[in-house]
Amino acid sequence: MAFRTGGPPVEPAPDQPPKYQIRGLDLFYHGGRTQVLHRVGVDIGRGLVTAVIGPSGCGKSSFLQVLNRMVDEIPGSRVEGLVELDGDNLYREDLDVVVLRRRVGMVFQAPNPFPRSIWDNVAFGPRVHGVRSRSRLNELVEASLRRAALWDEVKDRLHHPALGLSGGQQQRLCIARALAVGPEVLLMDEPCSALDPAATARIEELIGELRGQLTVVIVTHNLQQAARVADVTAFFLHGQVVEVGPTAEFFTRPRDRRTEDYVTGRYG
Amino acid sequence: MADTRSSFHAQLQNLQDAIETMAVMVEQAIHRAVKALKDRDLALAQQVIDEDPAINQTELAIERECLRLIALQQPMAQDLRAVSTALKIITDLERMADHARDIAKIVLRMGGRPHVKPLIDIPRMAEVGQRMLRQAIDAYVRRDEAPARQLVELDDEVDHLYNQVFRELLTFMIQDPRLVQPATYLIFVGLHLERIADHATNLGEWAIYLITGQREELNP
Repeated sequence: MAFRTGGPPVEPAPDQPPKYQIRGLDLFYHGGRTQVLHRVGVDIGRGLVTAVIGPSGCGKSSFLQVLNRMVDEIPGSRVEGLVELDGDNLYREDLDVVVLRRRVGMVFQAPNPFPRSIWDNVAFGPRVHGVRSRSRLNELVEASLRRAALWDEVKDRLHHPALGLSGGQQQRLCIARALAVGPEVLLMDEPCSALDPAATARIEELIGELRGQLTVVIVTHNLQQAARVADVTAFFLHGQVVEVGPTAEFFTRPRDRRTEDYVTGRYG
Repeated sequence: MADTRSSFHAQLQNLQDAIETMAVMVEQAIHRAVKALKDRDLALAQQVIDEDPAINQTELAIERECLRLIALQQPMAQDLRAVSTALKIITDLERMADHARDIAKIVLRMGGRPHVKPLIDIPRMAEVGQRMLRQAIDAYVRRDEAPARQLVELDDEVDHLYNQVFRELLTFMIQDPRLVQPATYLIFVGLHLERIADHATNLGEWAIYLITGQREELNP
């Protein structure tokens, strides 16, 4: 008997290349004086939800910032090794970072809507990328808010200030804002750590719905959250990948002793 | 290494201790049931029957504790396996106790009449079954696969003894139809002991799962 694990069955076809292919990734800060990632080699499966877990300071957030070149904004940082998005070197010199950021959206720990209306927040990205038609923008705003499971709650007050929304709604607004430009990848850095359990559950449901439509990488401190939402889980420790595997296996019989110790709380 | 969940891990240890206690109760029930048979001791048989509810209560208490730990502690990895293994082990232990109780009931039905033959293989089956139970629990408690893997051979021995008992009693029945009832009772006892050994093998399989995370059938 086969049990469904929730959500649409998303299995990466064996012939499907990974969304990201990362080999021998080193990341340095402070002009090379600090190394935060060491020889990281990992594939990020296309259309899957990948959770990245590990203790504070293990390099998991830095890893996320490598995936959309946000790390470029940190003075004195340097990336070495291979990071490919759809087989294309992410760190080649002539890569258009603006185009990249449209393909790879990001949601942060604290909801950070712009101090504008709900509508303006969602329409912001498409406008930056040149969408001018009001009716087209209206369509994009509605579609994105629907995908972020926020439409029904805000459709009657689209021109109210975004900062008037609850924390959980603000976070879903930020997700809608990221979705509005049609990204292929969504990076989420602790997206629920500032939210109450009900708001957290809604975001997790939403991640489940996005599964298959785009590739999601989520950094979380909450092991149960990783277990609930992720197809694949990766464990980082001291800037290295200790173990990557299917989530169900990862949390029932991890292969590496260090993973075992971390997920059972035997690591202080 | 620091244990950041030491209170939870102490509760897992308590769970394991409770299972050891339950296993001792079950082993005693098997021992007494077969001793009651051998000695035609109806009082002892009655005692086994009277004590069975305590084993059932222990099973329920351990089950409640497992569900409480899952709900409140969200165990992962080896801790998750420890709780799920406990849930499965108590089911096998409880069934073994039921077989011991059923043997005791047969002893009462036989009413202290002399046996149709000297009992040799049946007490031997019980001895091996008890040894299997001890080894399986040993594997579980010490996280040691070796005693669990030896269960295969012991289970084969019990099966072999049962076949022997069955064939021998059949011969008795053919020779003297008046022995059909007492001989059938003994065949039932053999069957219960054979099932007890199967449950002990299951316990060994759960011990191996706890240690390796892999389900495998010891005696397919």
